Amino acid sequence: MRPLYEWITTISAWLIPFMIVFIPLYAAFKKVPVYETFIEGAKDGFGTAINIIPHLVGMMVAISMFRASGAMDMMASLIRPLFDGLGIPSEVLPLGLLRPLTGAGSLAFTTELIKTYGPDSMIGRIASTIQGSTDTTLYVLTVYFGAVGIRRSKYALKVGLFSDLVGFFAAIVICLLVFE
Amino acid sequence: MVNYIWLFFIAVSFIAAIANGRMEALTEAAFEGAKSGVTVSFGLISVMVFWLGLMRIGEDAGLLRKIAVLLQPAIRFLFPEVPKGHPALGYIMSNMSANILGLGNAATPMGIKAMQELQKLNPDKETASAAMCTLLALNTSSITLVPTTLIAIRMTYSSAHPAEIVGTTLAATLIATAAAILADRWYRTRDKHKPPKWTDTHPSKHWADAKPQAPPGSAAGGQGKGEAVV
Repeated sequence: MRPLYEWITTISAWLIPFMIVFIPLYAAFKKVPVYETFIEGAKDGFGTAINIIPHLVGMMVAISMFRASGAMDMMASLIRPLFDGLGIPSEVLPLGLLRPLTGAGSLAFTTELIKTYGPDSMIGRIASTIQGSTDTTLYVLTVYFGAVGIRRSKYALKVGLFSDLVGFFAAIVICLLVFE
Repeated sequence: MVNYIWLFFIAVSFIAAIANGRMEALTEAAFEGAKSGVTVSFGLISVMVFWLGLMRIGEDAGLLRKIAVLLQPAIRFLFPEVPKGHPALGYIMSNMSANILGLGNAATPMGIKAMQELQKLNPDKETASAAMCTLLALNTSSITLVPTTLIAIRMTYSSAHPAEIVGTTLAATLIATAAAILADRWYRTRDKHKPPKWTDTHPSKHWADAKPQAPPGSAAGGQGKGEAVV
């Protein structure tokens, strides 16, 4: 199994530099004016980041209050006995519940964990991996089926939630193995 | 749903603050949280501006189409009932390739266009077809190559290696997607072999559902492919 973890670490180190070099080179080969195109696309980035502010402020206020009031610790100590034997940090468990329900809420929760325990702690790494590896199932279902007037979603919700659950535990196990 | 979750956190915080005698800390935390929200969003600007610029280069170079071509066999396998050359397949491929590159803003409109095309093939306009459920499964588990938002947040809180979660995220997202595809396949075959249930108030709609979803011409081919998978 060891080579597999090394692969995962290698991907982390190489993927982004590879894309930064490969994409412009490929585009130049296709006669795309790379720098002008970059500037054109980059303009959208500002708006994308700014549009998140209201969502993130709203959710960060709620989560930050939740932690400061002591409610988060109470909740964690309630769940702890269930997962302590497995070596899973119980702090990340509420994230598993939150992730399929609200994108901004789980992002705020992840941020709070990163802020409290540090981005390079095991909790910070696991939370980052969970947040990055699945999408907000409920939101995707509402938007996609709502757009075409589907009222009965059959088994779609179950499939989405099942994959969230698998992704959640996969993220924990992979992080525990790779970052041990 | 979001309304309830938000309210839940705020209301429970208030009660817990009373129980723990932390009312002053609560006020501080509310404003501290608002500040963090802005700090994190501003931290996103650098990564988003850079990444969307890079991705525009990729788009203009036809990289999305290139990925779409690579995905073609997988998509034919996942959507056996959609006739070859149907516009839905093109939109599904664009949706998937935009998702892989982390272009959520481009992926959603493509996904909705794909849904609209699949709706044209759907005999019951209010019940999701098998193909629609598959498309949804792919989007809820969404494979993403680079989790840009998380890298930005980790940078904001001064991580020594902001990108060290790229590999673990990719591995977890692949497993989640595999689980989604397997579950989707399982439900598809179950629906195909099981007679329709009569408990619903609209039994006729269930009959429509049990029939092949594709137009008559392509139905045979689609069915055959679906069976071969089991």
